[in-house]
Amino acid sequence: MNVLVCTKFVPNPSGTPTLGPDHLLVRDGGDGALDPGDEYGLELALQLTEAGGGQVTAVSMGPEDAAAGVQRALAMGAAEGILVTDDALRGADALVTARVLAAVAGSRPFDLIVAGAESTDGYTGTVPVTVAELLGIPSVTAVRKLEPVADGYRIERQTEDGYDVLACPAPALVTVTAGATEPRYPSLKGIMAAKSKPMERLALADLGVEAAVTQRVTAVTEAPAKAGGEIVQGDDAVARIADLLTDAGVI
Amino acid sequence: MTTWVIAEVGPEGPAESALELLTKARDLGGDVAAVALGPGATGAAEALGAHGAATVYASDDAIFEEHPGSAAAHVLAELVGAHAPDLLLFAGTYASRDVAGRLQARTGTTLMANATDLPAADRATTEIFGGTAIVEVALEGPAPRLVLVRPKSFAASPSGGTATIVPVTADVPEDRRGARVVERHAEAASGPKLEDAKVVVAGGRGLGGPDPFSILDDLAAAVGGAVGASRAAVDAGWVPYAYQIGQTGKTVKPDVYIAVGISGALQHVTGMKGAKRIVAINRDGDAPIMQLADLGVVGDLFTIVPALTEEVRRRAGS
Repeated sequence: MNVLVCTKFVPNPSGTPTLGPDHLLVRDGGDGALDPGDEYGLELALQLTEAGGGQVTAVSMGPEDAAAGVQRALAMGAAEGILVTDDALRGADALVTARVLAAVAGSRPFDLIVAGAESTDGYTGTVPVTVAELLGIPSVTAVRKLEPVADGYRIERQTEDGYDVLACPAPALVTVTAGATEPRYPSLKGIMAAKSKPMERLALADLGVEAAVTQRVTAVTEAPAKAGGEIVQGDDAVARIADLLTDAGVI
Repeated sequence: MTTWVIAEVGPEGPAESALELLTKARDLGGDVAAVALGPGATGAAEALGAHGAATVYASDDAIFEEHPGSAAAHVLAELVGAHAPDLLLFAGTYASRDVAGRLQARTGTTLMANATDLPAADRATTEIFGGTAIVEVALEGPAPRLVLVRPKSFAASPSGGTATIVPVTADVPEDRRGARVVERHAEAASGPKLEDAKVVVAGGRGLGGPDPFSILDDLAAAVGGAVGASRAAVDAGWVPYAYQIGQTGKTVKPDVYIAVGISGALQHVTGMKGAKRIVAINRDGDAPIMQLADLGVVGDLFTIVPALTEEVRRRAGS
């Protein structure tokens, strides 16, 4: 089974994000990481191929720095990486991103595409299903469990108040929820091995995709700051909270 | 100018988000219509009309529940092709994202997610960095523009109108139906829904495990509220995903929000900063949540929360 895992290199999730003078998120400068939300899907893909054969390919679109994210995927166990990097992709929107990923997927055989539910920087959350529609394949989002069956996959999908089970034909695309798997840490051996694994670099011209821009940031303003409240500790703290609840009319 | 609201509907009526979006669509001017696909669609038309939809394109077909996302995207793409609306407003939920994302592949037009306002029909704003900065974006290129709006960005208000129902045929070719739901497992919930509760008691990493959530349950029961959680607590598997409040998860705007053992990561703040009053209980007086709180209590949550529950019961009983 061949699994493509879409990954994104994002500004360090525990750092302080900044915007550049062009109003775009600063994506280079080294302080970045493989999106933690991608690691759950990567783990799922690795478990599937370890159990059933085949290999995992990590695909990413981003600046040259994003190679570090693909490296991490390789260190976790992906067999090869593909990085689409092109100056024309700076500030690319959801549709361009989806077209790039669909073009990469369309150029090779796969049984399953795995992505995170949403990125931890942009949170758009639509790119994976757009990729699926462009490829004309089924998709299931918010997946917490997936097993291959005779005619495709049996998938458990997280819902508001529980979960649904879906029958999904192959090939398919799934997005994996955080917490669905327990992502492995790359071993030292994995990190060393990753250095000699193949990483292909592609540009837009290789994929026949155009980077048309349909969104332009016109202004960034600071939201009105909230006046700081009161900080209390000690014996009367409980009474203070109860007073607030009384003032609010809820008791 | 024609704006369509893609309404989420169910047997109990339209989702509140649909009424919020219709209220905004009226403000933008031009013609307003709603599209309702799935069981409950026709029944929802009256409320959709009363909030400003002059036309409701409706189908009650169960196919939209059996094949989530793909069936609705296909039918919607056909409708868009036939009627050429300028702007489509979706609720920023997982279900609507799946429809909007697939539709974008068909229309090839711009899509903006996480919008918090539309100052004009071709402009949207979004909040970034936990709501500390507001970004205004011009939406360019051909119509229709697709915009996913965060729930509770607008207050729904009725216009007193009546909608004409246009029945839609759910004609989805076999090869476009995609995955099929074969089983549903739902856990019954008690108390008010998280989004509707006047008081929300939310727990985070500071609880240290699943069991301490019982003290939050007790407090929520005493004040007639609902229990929520930060992403950290959900990712750790302590409580189900339905509890999650934040950028990922639910947006709540209760009268009182009590954050227990929650540090206040940007991811979480996005989903609760609209609360009228915020109380934070945390061991760390320097936690970011303290900056946001109207009342920050520094101390041990395992002592404070049960004591607060007792005090609330005492006051409610007197």
